[in-house]
Parts: sequence; C-alpha cells; structure tokens
Amino acid sequence: MIPSLPKPLWLRLSTGVYVMGFLGFLFLPLAVVAVFAFNDAPYPAPPWAGFTLDWFLGNASKGRTGLFGDSEVLASVVTSCIVALWVTVLSALLGTANAFLLERGQFRGKKILSVLMLSPLVIPGVILGISILAFASRLADFADDTFGWDLDFLRPGLPLVLLGQFSYIATISTLTISARLRRFDTTLEEAALNLGASRSAAFRTILLPYLRPALLGSSAISFLMSFADFNTTLILVGSDSPLTVMMYGRMREGATPVLNAVSLVLMLASTALALTLLRRRPTDAAP
Amino acid sequence: MLDGSIDRRWRARLSLGLLLAPALLWLGALIILPHVDLAVLSFRERIAPRQYRLSLAQYETFFVEPLYWHVFVHTALMSVIATFMTLLLAFPIAWVIAKVARGRAASLLFIVCLIPFWVSETVRTLGWMILLRESGVLPALLVKLHITAEPVELLYRDATVFVGLVYTSLLFMVVPLISSLESLDNSLIEAAYDLGAGGFATLRTIVIPHAAPGITAGCIVVFMLTLGNYLTPTLLGGKNSQWFTEQIYAQFITRFNWEQGAAFGFLLLGLSTAMVVLGLRLSGQRFGDVMRRT
Repeated sequence: MIPSLPKPLWLRLSTGVYVMGFLGFLFLPLAVVAVFAFNDAPYPAPPWAGFTLDWFLGNASKGRTGLFGDSEVLASVVTSCIVALWVTVLSALLGTANAFLLERGQFRGKKILSVLMLSPLVIPGVILGISILAFASRLADFADDTFGWDLDFLRPGLPLVLLGQFSYIATISTLTISARLRRFDTTLEEAALNLGASRSAAFRTILLPYLRPALLGSSAISFLMSFADFNTTLILVGSDSPLTVMMYGRMREGATPVLNAVSLVLMLASTALALTLLRRRPTDAAP
Repeated sequence: MLDGSIDRRWRARLSLGLLLAPALLWLGALIILPHVDLAVLSFRERIAPRQYRLSLAQYETFFVEPLYWHVFVHTALMSVIATFMTLLLAFPIAWVIAKVARGRAASLLFIVCLIPFWVSETVRTLGWMILLRESGVLPALLVKLHITAEPVELLYRDATVFVGLVYTSLLFMVVPLISSLESLDNSLIEAAYDLGAGGFATLRTIVIPHAAPGITAGCIVVFMLTLGNYLTPTLLGGKNSQWFTEQIYAQFITRFNWEQGAAFGFLLLGLSTAMVVLGLRLSGQRFGDVMRRT
C-alpha cells in the first residue's frame, strides 16, 4: 500500500497496469483528435488515408477549407478571446475586492455574504444561464414598455454571455485570491506604514507583488474556464457564437477535420499556458 | 483629535462600502435577483397573450406528464451512478499520487493527470465521438480483431454517456482526494498493518474515515456537474439520452415556454441543492470548508 510496507509482486504489477490504463483512458480521446487532424479524408474517421496539412492550410482552390481559411472558425475564436479577456479582467478585479472584503472587512452579515459568494459554484450552469436570460429580458421589456428604450445588450448576445460566465468564474477568482491574502504576514504591511509609506504606496509595493502569483493563476484559470464554458454560454448566446458553441453545432451535423485542427491548436495553447503557470508556482496549480 | 477619529471612522466606512458595492452588485444582479425572477416565472401561467396569473400549473405538468419525471429520475440515478464510478476510478490514482509515488514522480503524474482538463469539454467529447461512432476507431478495431462482423454503433447508449460523464468529472474527484489523502499520516497505516489488519480492513477503518471530507467534496462537485451537464448527454447519448437539462433547454430556447422551463430549472436546482445538503449532513461538514477544498 505505501512504500514502507512490504508489497507483493502482484500488487506492484497491478498498480503499474492500472496507472498505465488510467493514463491511456485520459489521453486516448485527445490523441485521436490530434491524429485525425492530419488525415487526408473528408471526415475524421478511419481508415488512415495519408498525411495532409489541408485541414490547417487548405483553401477554396484546393476544395478543402482549412482552419486558417475558415472564417467562421476564426471569427468564433476571436469572439471567445474577447469574452474571455473581459471575464478575466472583471473576475480579477472583483476577486481582489472580495478577498480584501472577506479577509480584512469587519461587518455584520459577513458569514452570510461569504456563503452567498460560494453559491454560484453549486448552481448548475444551465440554470445560471436561464435565470440571467429571464431576468435580463424582463429588464429589457420593462425599459422598452416604460421608457421606450431599446436595451440591446440585455437580449441574448455576447454581453449576456460575458455576464453569465462572470457570475460563477468570479467565485473561483475570489477563492484563489482570498486564500493567498489569508497567508499574508500583516507585519510587513505595518512595517511599511510605520516607515512612512502611505496606504496606497504600501498596497502597491508590498501587497500587490505578494498577490501577483494568485492574480496570475486565477487569471489563467478564468481565461481557460471562460474559453471552455458551454452550458451558460449556450443559453445566453445570440448571433455571434463563441468557439465551443460553434463546435457543438458542427459536431451535431458531422464535422470535417477542421474541428480536429482547431482542437489541436487549443490543446497546445492551453497546455503551454498551464505548464508555464505550473513552472511558476507548483502549489497554486489546482483549480 | 476628535475630528481625526471621526475622519478615520468615516474613511473606514467609505472603504468598506467601496469594497462591498461590487460584491453586492455581482450577487444581487447576477445571482439573487435572477433566481427570484425565475421563481416568480415558474409560479405563473399564461391565460391570454401577455396576461398571467399565479398558479402551480407548471409544477403540475411535471408530475402529471410521465415523460418529464421519468427523465428527471433517469438523470438523477445516472448522476448518482456516474459519481460512484468516478470515485472508484479516481481513488486508486489519487492514492498512487499521494502515497505510492514519491517526489518528482508524484508531481509529474499529477500534472499529467491535470493536462486533459485544461482543454474544453467540447474537444474531449469530439475525441470520444471519433472513437466510438459507427464509422469510428473502436468499431473498426473490433471488426479487424474479428470480435464483431460489422462495425457497431457505440454512441447513443447509456454506457457511452457514463464513459463521457466519468471522464469529464475525474479531475474534480482526483484533486480533493489527493489533498485529503496527503494529510493522512503513514504511520497510522503502518500501525494498522503491524496490528495485523489486512488491506481492506485498513482501508475501511483508517483511510476512508480520514479521507471522508475529500470524498464528500469530490462527490458533491461531481454530482452537481454531472446533473447539470448538457454537452456530453446530447452528443454521446443523442436523442434518446433523456437528460433533464435538455428538457430545460427545449422549453426555454426551442419552445419558448419560459414558465415551464423555469419550473424545470427549479426542480433541478432543488435536487442539486438537496444532494449537496445531504452530502454535507452525512459527513458532518460545513459548506465553506468543502468548497475551499475543490
């Protein structure tokens, strides 16, 4: 069981087999996605028909649209990036404010507030989506009926997608940043104040550098979660589809290997992001 | 002096207010009010265009129409089973990472386990579709190995949905399990062994009680995510997958029957909350501690 106890051979062998099997199970779907991005056939399915880069570089003259010639795919990637950037920035700001509120603030109802802040994590994404959709529509209808205002951003579309994702991703950034702030040695800040630093100077030179790893970590997680979000986005989406919704639509129709190509690029990009982050701070890696 | 202290108190209040405002705006405008609105919506019935009255009709439909509550029960049961399967599959790997592997090997294994979850569920589901559909990799392999004469359709079955759900959930089980197993003192296991306990007895009396908080945290999160999943059941299970989120989506987006959809949403939220509370009760933990673990 543990290294200090005697281990029979069968146990060691079966542990090895299990770990290999587990890793195989984890990576098999990703491996086939990657492999069939290079298959010279119109559908991502066996048999293997030779190597091609058409699904990346192909254009109309070749009769195949590759990833870099598929304007719908590229537009959806841009859409996803814009939404994810907004969600990341907003979550980092709110997360920091919440961390100070929870760790430094003294006020009545703090317990209730901290539980409420966690609640978005236990509400299924579809329900977050429909509740925000219904509420935003009610506000929009009200503004239209009463003042004759046409509040387009409250109708299904990117602003609502952004708010829907933000509503629960903010909880994750709050947790990450609070956890770091809780471990802060306040004597450092007091020393700075005693030495004549203003509050804002102490914040900029002591606290912010201290919080930097948590801010970077939670930003990366927010970006990836926003990029990968499906449930909330599907409900709130308007005419511009982010990548996940666009892929879902094509997967239902039977997609070409362009989706494999875009998935491979995503895998490489997110792995690179994850690994740089892990290298920085191994302990803050877990979401 | 007096002015100074009043001034300071004012400033403290002001900064508290400034910190409180964004939090209240976030929770109020995006969580609380939308859910209150959803509740109002679910308790009304349309009697004429733009005319509504208070009623329980939406909830009545759910209980009267067998299709709806069948799908609801089906979703709940499958989520419970998928959660257990995830726990069974994730526990040994968490054990290996926390207790068996050491130093660099352990952290490398952990990172390798994390990597698949940095890519979106859409990509992972695409992989399963390529593997399992009739023209896919696995059916072709089965034919080649002479196990089946013709390629079989492996998609659109409950078993396939299980595979997809367990796969998607693994990480959320592995992480809390590792953190709870790491804090278990090895000498306790050694003591049990020295006192003559076998592997199973040690697991039952030492390991599982100690890892209970991690197990609960993992199960709660996995159950909730599985229950609310939409992508995996629709793509891997197809039209017959009978997942309750599909009913909510259909009412809201396809049929534009928001009142019915809101009631369904509340039923799902109720079930999810009930399971969270039950899990916490059974293991005697507090909500905040559990969420911080994950």
